[in-house]
Amino acid sequence: MSGGAEMNNNYLVEIQNLTKKYADGPVAINNISLAIGRGRIIGLLGPNGSGKTTLIKMMNGLLNPTNGTIAINGAAPGVATKKRVSYLPDKTYLPTNLNVSQIIDYYADFYEDFKKERAYTMLQSLNISLDSRLKTLSKGTQEKVQLILVMSRDADLFILDEPIAGVDPAARDYILKTIITNYNENATILLSTHLITDIENILDEVIFLRHGQVLLTATVEDIRAKKGKSVDAYFREVFAC
Amino acid sequence: MSWKLNSDRPIYSQIVERIQMQIVSGFYSPGSRLPSVRELATDAGVNPNTMQKAFAELERSGLIVTQRTSGRTVTEETEMIENIQKELATIQIKEFLERMNELGFKLNETIALLKEGDQL
Repeated sequence: MSGGAEMNNNYLVEIQNLTKKYADGPVAINNISLAIGRGRIIGLLGPNGSGKTTLIKMMNGLLNPTNGTIAINGAAPGVATKKRVSYLPDKTYLPTNLNVSQIIDYYADFYEDFKKERAYTMLQSLNISLDSRLKTLSKGTQEKVQLILVMSRDADLFILDEPIAGVDPAARDYILKTIITNYNENATILLSTHLITDIENILDEVIFLRHGQVLLTATVEDIRAKKGKSVDAYFREVFAC
Repeated sequence: MSWKLNSDRPIYSQIVERIQMQIVSGFYSPGSRLPSVRELATDAGVNPNTMQKAFAELERSGLIVTQRTSGRTVTEETEMIENIQKELATIQIKEFLERMNELGFKLNETIALLKEGDQL
């Protein structure tokens, strides 16, 4: 396990005055400051167009901020942070002409912290054959493979952009159990979703985004205790149209 | 017994209630070993930190004891378990009596009805 107790005092992610303005479009992220600790599962929640994916892409170094800074383990997104951040994008990017076994080898070559055995166990539980070529698998199964690859790393930070949107309820349960079982106490999982009911029991905290700004950060148990309602019900109230 | 957790109120307190019930009912007997936080969290589909918080609360109350070598066990003090059993029973009785009162039954009438019910 990397990190250690003395690292727990530092934030895993620190975001300061972050802004992203697309050249030909709107301000997607508008002056956000956030600090994210270790050992938590955090929901990044917001309606379509609230800036979730833009924020996630900047955290993974795929987009450059217009203004402000992001630090992960103290470093700006780049080569160093990619070794410690496991990212599930919102779209599949895997080479579909490879079979599952080859993709695992490819990942294991690429990431030092990749645990092949973990991937094999999960694939077996979901009855996904190692010999199948990716393009012969259904869209849902491809998403499962991709999530398994992402969760088989021993990363410090897992960033999952809509991890459960495209899979059936049974697989969804399995994936959530996988997330609970696999993450270690020093790792943090940040996941964006609009399917709040399905995931709210596994969350520690939520971040509500609206119009590119942080509307609220809270622990889910606090929302239940203070508002007397589920996170899903509270979300619907806050974002009522 | 499946985990029926209601997202409208704090999950950890529902877990505390459930484990209390399992100890009182003898599902977990005095002195027996409890599954790990991770196992129970996975089984319940909840965040391990939430399960940890519930365990901490049960430890504070003395119902669960942390052993250095053998993980967490149920207390061997049966008296403590009986006290909690009584506490839980009292809560049930209070709720029941309140509801009977709403139905228009006074305490002695409720008792009479209970005795009748006993013979059924």
